[in-house]
Amino acid sequence: MSLALIQAPVSASFGGAFEFIFTPQTSNVTGGKTVGGLSQVVELTLTQLEVTVLALALALVVALPAGLYFGHRGTGELVAIGLGNAGRAVPELALIALMAAVIGVGLLNLTVALAILGIPPILTNTFVGIREVDRASVDAARGIGMTEFEIVHKVEAPMALPSIFTGIRTATINIVATATIAPLAGVATLGEFILGENVYGANGVLAGAIMVALLALVLEFSLAGLQRLLTSKGLRLSAV
Amino acid sequence: MASGVLFAAAGEVGKGFIHERTSETLPCQAKPSHLFCWDWARQNIDRFGTPALQQFELVAISVAVGFAVAFALALLAHRRRWLRPPLLAGTGVLYAIPSIAFFLLLLPITGRGRETAIIALSAYTLQIIYRNVTVGLSNVPASAKDAARGMGMTERQILWRVELPLATPEIVGGLRIATVSTVAIATLAVFAHAGGLGTQIFTEANLHFPTSILIAGGIAMLMALSFDAILLTVQRFATPWRRVRAS
Amino acid sequence: MPSEEVTDERSNSGASAVRYEGATKRYGDSSVAAVDALTLEIPAGEICVLVGPSGCGKTTAMRMVNRTVEMSEGDILIGGESVRDRDAARLRREIGYVIQQIGLFPHRTIAQNIAAVPQLLGWKKERTEARTAELIELIGLDPELGGRYPAQLSGGQQQRVGVARALAADPLVMLMDEPFGAIDPINRERLQNEFLRLQAEIGKTVLFVTHDIDEAIKMGDRIAVMREGGKVAQYATPAEILMDPADEFVEDFVGADRALKRLALMRVADIDLWKAPLAYVGQPTAEVRAKLASPDVEVPYPLLVDSERRPLGWLSERDLRADVVPSRPDSPLGPLLDRDDVMRDALADLLQGEAQYAAVADHQGRIAGVLSVEIISEFLGSPEAKTEEHGAVERPHG
Ligand SMILES: Nc1ncnc2c1ncn2[C@@H]1O[C@H](COP(=O)(O)OP(=O)(O)OP(=O)(O)O)[C@@H](O)[C@H]1O
Ligand SMILES: [Mg+2]
Repeated sequence: MSLALIQAPVSASFGGAFEFIFTPQTSNVTGGKTVGGLSQVVELTLTQLEVTVLALALALVVALPAGLYFGHRGTGELVAIGLGNAGRAVPELALIALMAAVIGVGLLNLTVALAILGIPPILTNTFVGIREVDRASVDAARGIGMTEFEIVHKVEAPMALPSIFTGIRTATINIVATATIAPLAGVATLGEFILGENVYGANGVLAGAIMVALLALVLEFSLAGLQRLLTSKGLRLSAV
Repeated sequence: MASGVLFAAAGEVGKGFIHERTSETLPCQAKPSHLFCWDWARQNIDRFGTPALQQFELVAISVAVGFAVAFALALLAHRRRWLRPPLLAGTGVLYAIPSIAFFLLLLPITGRGRETAIIALSAYTLQIIYRNVTVGLSNVPASAKDAARGMGMTERQILWRVELPLATPEIVGGLRIATVSTVAIATLAVFAHAGGLGTQIFTEANLHFPTSILIAGGIAMLMALSFDAILLTVQRFATPWRRVRAS
Repeated sequence: MPSEEVTDERSNSGASAVRYEGATKRYGDSSVAAVDALTLEIPAGEICVLVGPSGCGKTTAMRMVNRTVEMSEGDILIGGESVRDRDAARLRREIGYVIQQIGLFPHRTIAQNIAAVPQLLGWKKERTEARTAELIELIGLDPELGGRYPAQLSGGQQQRVGVARALAADPLVMLMDEPFGAIDPINRERLQNEFLRLQAEIGKTVLFVTHDIDEAIKMGDRIAVMREGGKVAQYATPAEILMDPADEFVEDFVGADRALKRLALMRVADIDLWKAPLAYVGQPTAEVRAKLASPDVEVPYPLLVDSERRPLGWLSERDLRADVVPSRPDSPLGPLLDRDDVMRDALADLLQGEAQYAAVADHQGRIAGVLSVEIISEFLGSPEAKTEEHGAVERPHG
């Protein structure tokens, strides 16, 4: 945990970064330690994925039912919308740093902190999505004798799905991005490379950045694909 | 834990801080359990001035650049519909790439510094603004456009006199979201050695000193909310016909 | 901007005739024409209604005039000049355009909406303002509403503003696509009447699209009944179309009640009225009885009139039992019609008043005759009803 002042000119290159990803090499900063290589890269990537999925799940468990409930009831607009706006203004770096400083490091704390970042977009978009469902559809559903739960489950939620997914995708992007600074909270994600230039070298930093970007894009595309699969054809048609 | 970029990023502020810290012993700071140390805050508040200004500049420039590019792209896509899917996907990719990664991916190309941070932050805002401008333009009632064309407005006149004014709420809405998010994310500019309030967070995180984190984070949130309030006011004034409908 | 001033001069010259010369429109590479070789002459200052079933090409035909739809073949001439040779934007500034969805600009005030075309033409501020104020008055809107936004107006008021906006630069031609289609029946009737009154003043050449034959009969000086594929089935005056449909299609479109519809085209004065035996206050009832007994009496009740021959009411058997005619008749007058009333409205009055007879007065209020349901039904059944031409069209007075 040495604090090194890195003033040296940037010496990273994409070639060097890819080499770092695929072949273990000897760190030239800290005497002879082996760094990089596919196994370490995969390990850190999986940790970052794990943290992201855990935090997203926690955020979903909290925000989705709340958004559906308040949206269906039509109450709590101020909270649902205000939380979304305030959530955007929270600096991720400050949140993680504060959490580490005050509550302590560790996977559990990190997951909670990341989930906090994911809750506002999911809550707001779910709420708004449900509120924007055509009231006539809801009335018709009630008219044919659906229970309130069935109305949410079979009418409102499917129609609000695009909006809900927008919220989930935003949350995912926020969480996976912030999981990069997880090493500040004692969890070794790909940020380990990025924050540890003195250990992994400039190529290691770049390699970390490449992997983080790839991971984020894979998640984004997977969610986009999932959304396409889940959105009912009728809604897709009317959106065109 | 490695934290190599810290002091170089913090620049003069960081160096000064090292000096201060080692030469004096501050009572609050010695106790990590202390959530907020007023004494320290009073004595050190001025150290946040430069980072706050840097952050402000980063945000203002990035959002301005992002707006100019996204607006131009949206107008282009407005005329050429086939551009819409690729532009949405392209800006979507830029939005999804985490800013820290973006800063560092630019290393081999632009090196470290303000330009790098601005490029990454502007890229982040593109999708938000692009999408809102597009939605705003497509929400303009077809009948108003039909009437405009039928009375002899040219395509350009329709765009500037009818479509864009009517899309103002969405456009400013996008600008608000982009600005607020960018203020938060600009704290990460410390990783691009571009200064900003992150210099007062990241440094201290390793030292378990919450006071500085809270002040820096607080300033960032205040800045975000001020930007938001200003833009909201601009929107209100720019769209008097909407105020009327609400009443 | 000298060229714009020239345009401007021209638009003050009133109305221009519009001539379709084999105008054809095919959308995309569709082989079926939406409008097929349309040839039509609309004299200056007249209202020509394009009417026909949905999708028959009315809107397309209309929009080719201001080139919001580009013709595939043929030509359209306005005042003898081809629209094809004109710059589209400049052409449109000389043509008023009113659509069903109104299309007011939500972000501009009513006054700014009306001023839109003058602004495009580069009029001076004072002139634009004066014109705007004039139009607000012309359409009968409270001048105070000029500073409001469209969302603050009712649908009917908005459509009036839509018409005013189209009239602002004194266009040569007005295009109106189902302008009153989205308005409730009562307000639609008022707007129709207002527009006819306005048209009597301004005398524009108007192309008016509707799918409602009743509206067509009411508004049109001429009607072009169109059929699927943008072909004209018949182009004639409303009366001709009602009395002499060119073919089965027109006959079906006009409807089985076309004889009844013809009443909309007639005034009370156009028909031979019956004469009622008149009675004056104070006149000996014996004289009245004598009149009643004469064989050629058409109405079996005496009508009480004052010394100016203005109708007061009907006398009953009981009234006639007295020696002299009383000043207060037993039965009230019931509906009183005017010679200029439209026959359809007169019939409605009769039916509504549950009266068998209605007195008809002339302009001075003096008795001109009596109308009965019987006269009307006889008229509708007579061969005369199918051949005789009546040119009267309902025009609200002043
Ligand atoms: N932009 C377009 N592209 C392709 N086809 C069109 C277009 N506009 C109209 N059509 C077709 O052209 C035909 C005539 O349409 P038009 O709108 O002129 O009919 P209309 O008589 O005004 O009908 P309505 O009474 O419903 O308004 C229709 O078959 C319609 O489907
Ligand atoms: Mg039409």
